Amino acid sequence: MGLTDASADKIILWVVVPYVTFAVLVVGSVWRYRYDKFGWTTRSSELYEKRLLRWGSPLFHFGLLFVVLGHFLGLVVPKSWTEAVGVSEAQYHFVATWMGSLAALVAVAGLLILIYRRRATGPVFLATTKTDKLMYVFLAGSLLSGAWATVQTQVIAAGHGYDYRETISPWFRSLWYLQPEPALMAGVPAAFQVHITVAMLLFALWPFTRLVHAFSAPVQYPFRPYVVYRSREASVSSRAPRPGWDPTNTPPR
Amino acid sequence: MKVMAQMSMVMNLDKCIGCHTCSVTCKQAWTNRTGMEYVWFNNVETRPGLGYPRTYEDQDTWQGGWVRTKRGKLKLRAGGRAKKLATIFANPKLPSIHDYYEPWTYEYDMLLSAPQGEHTPVAKPKSLLTGDDMSIQWSANWDDDLGGSTATMQDDPILKHMSEHVAEELEQTFMFYLPRICEHCLNPSCVASCPSGAMYKRVEDGIVLVDQDQCRGWRMCVTGCPYKKVYFNHKTGKAEKCTLCYPRIEVGLPTVCSETCVGRLRYLGLVLYDADKVGAAAAIEDEHDLLAAQRSVFLDPDDPEVVAAARREGIPDDWITAAQRSPIWKLIHDYEVALPLHPEYRTLPMVWYIPPLSPVVDVVASSGNDGEDGRTLFAAISQLRIPLEYLAGLFTAGDTAPVERVLRRLAAMRSGMREVNLGREFPEETATAVGMTADQVQEMYRLLAIAKYEERYVIPTAHTEVARELEEMACSLDFEGGPGMGGAGPFGSSSGTPTPVAVENFHALAARQTADSPYGPTTPGRVNLLNWDGNGRPSGLFPPGDIGGGAAGEGGDGADEEGRP
Ligand code: HEM
Ligand code: SF4
Ligand code: SF4
Repeated sequence: MGLTDASADKIILWVVVPYVTFAVLVVGSVWRYRYDKFGWTTRSSELYEKRLLRWGSPLFHFGLLFVVLGHFLGLVVPKSWTEAVGVSEAQYHFVATWMGSLAALVAVAGLLILIYRRRATGPVFLATTKTDKLMYVFLAGSLLSGAWATVQTQVIAAGHGYDYRETISPWFRSLWYLQPEPALMAGVPAAFQVHITVAMLLFALWPFTRLVHAFSAPVQYPFRPYVVYRSREASVSSRAPRPGWDPTNTPPR
Repeated sequence: MKVMAQMSMVMNLDKCIGCHTCSVTCKQAWTNRTGMEYVWFNNVETRPGLGYPRTYEDQDTWQGGWVRTKRGKLKLRAGGRAKKLATIFANPKLPSIHDYYEPWTYEYDMLLSAPQGEHTPVAKPKSLLTGDDMSIQWSANWDDDLGGSTATMQDDPILKHMSEHVAEELEQTFMFYLPRICEHCLNPSCVASCPSGAMYKRVEDGIVLVDQDQCRGWRMCVTGCPYKKVYFNHKTGKAEKCTLCYPRIEVGLPTVCSETCVGRLRYLGLVLYDADKVGAAAAIEDEHDLLAAQRSVFLDPDDPEVVAAARREGIPDDWITAAQRSPIWKLIHDYEVALPLHPEYRTLPMVWYIPPLSPVVDVVASSGNDGEDGRTLFAAISQLRIPLEYLAGLFTAGDTAPVERVLRRLAAMRSGMREVNLGREFPEETATAVGMTADQVQEMYRLLAIAKYEERYVIPTAHTEVARELEEMACSLDFEGGPGMGGAGPFGSSSGTPTPVAVENFHALAARQTADSPYGPTTPGRVNLLNWDGNGRPSGLFPPGDIGGGAAGEGGDGADEEGRP
């Protein structure tokens, strides 16, 4: 298999679009980090409203953390590895389906609360930008189509359900080896195709929305001293020196 | 010994008249922006009262500051690092906007543009969050001058902690004002709470700042500060706080609140301290020992060993001289009349207060006695338990002895200076009764009553060698369009400096520049100047259409006449 056996539309959808998405995600994030550190924030709306956020945000985020973990196990870890450690397909399917459904349910419940809160709470709605709305469309789209794909092809399907680890997962990994195999995606159920397409659009949108906050999850917090000191000398700004403030250096010879 | 310098403030509460000039000038300088409408870096509270935000001192509710664990370690009261991360998605201890107050404006343009009618037009209050009509329920100083206090005062966290008998005796009310800014603590719990490490204490002068470029809006610092002096800008999604006006301090000028204080009651100066001792002092077991522990962290700038150690740390000589001349050091150490606000929060705050004698004087005077007689005052100080306990609840974690000592010193000064004004000597025995000499008391009087600008504010300038780094440093409020010293150069804001690229940011900035608020005047083409932050050109500010050419001929009069029959 390889690029040659696939039709042009498959190549566009399962090779070009993923790579373009990846490029936009990486370049866009670097660009934004470079030029818009000031806009890099959660833009928390907790000041306006706490009651709904208290449920919605943790449900959504914790649900999503498990969903992300599940995607890692399903897409990145090859089937042969799990089988090598003695996990049979049936066991994998059972755990993945039920844990995945539970995580999805929690995340979707949280998301619904968050979206309801965005619309129904006056100050929160006023503080919702157009980008927020667009982001929510694709976020909800990814989450709901993914949840639907799981329900349709795993939960209510007979037997072990659709085995995406034979098609989608190798395709996903093939992109990373730079040996894309779009043909693997040919027979994939429509629900998954939709889910993957919407998710790619979400990733392309990512750097330009508030979702960038996920990249700065404060993992370093537990490891630093409590009180931070900074000297005037040890400057950390990305800002170029203002004209006229260049340091007095001897000119290079 | 690791010597560090701290820029600190002392406020003499006896002289505060509660005029709020400091708050207003601070607001004009720093927080008259969308997203910061509810924020007062400097606020003045009437005590007893609930404070701003309401009941912020009740740490059982708000969980600010540090606690000492059983093993003698310091822990953030709101929970350690793991708990902080676990509750990051919704911070359970974040005050909501209603704990501050919902900001509002008035529909002023209705007063001018309402059609002729039977009733006088009114300017209805409009929420600055939703733009809707609102009924005003609370504000930053709703219980100013005890207004409405009979309904709310029982919730004052200090009163709640005082002994039972207080409630019944509340009719003999006393009151004073408490102006507050960020304490620029030696052991700042706001900095410790920040997951991204965006908050920091400046090594050179101890000013605590938020790096606006690194803040990610996790809003944990708001909870961390027991004084609730970090605020969340709900427009930009970043935390902001009092900067001790560092752009002014760096060039030797006092903060805006000090500069404009009508009572001239604020003092600014350096204190040298031993950074190695901070942790142990903050973790001392008995809350009543915290005052002494914090004092023991300070270093005597006249001690040659301290001077040598300071030089070794690279503290410049003019800074050491400034520390020796510091009015703060005199008030804290020589005269021992200044006390920290809420030492029990264990952040080692560095804005100290001279507690007010006036509640005592008022009671003495209103009972027909001589409010300037030393003996009467001394007796009154030890008898009037309520003001004493209340002040102790604010300044010494409830220990009345240090407060009583300060008040006796102030009383001695008051009665002794009357003698001087009557042409007699300052009575030495009055001074010795409070452990001072007559000369010392008179020096203290000079500093408290008639000290000039240069004596009240002893501020060494930042060193020009490092000026470029200062300028380059990611500083707290100096972002594009912000109120810092930066801002657009002659070539416009997009020249030379990075431009925000995020779509939402672009819109936020563009909108901000037209003084957006959810409430706009009801008449199209009008602009609410009271809400305009001075940026951009809101539509309606200038006459529409072609401004050049025939504009002069089509002035207001002409247009008016056209409309008339
Ligand atoms: C582990 C890393 C993450 C952390 C620490 C984190 C934290 C936060 C915080 C503190 C807020 C603000 C809540 C508020 O006070 O209003 C927030 C909002 C949000 N986060 Fe995350 N987040 C993370 C990852 C993610 C991911 C991976 C996504 C989506 C794919 C996401 C989507 C959102 C959305 C949509 C909101 C807006 C909620 C609303 O107000 O409507 N987050 N996040
Ligand atoms: S008073 Fe200032 S320095 Fe102290 S904890 Fe609060 S914000 Fe931080
Ligand atoms: S300006 Fe001075 S006198 Fe007036 S309220 Fe502020 S601190 Fe008090």
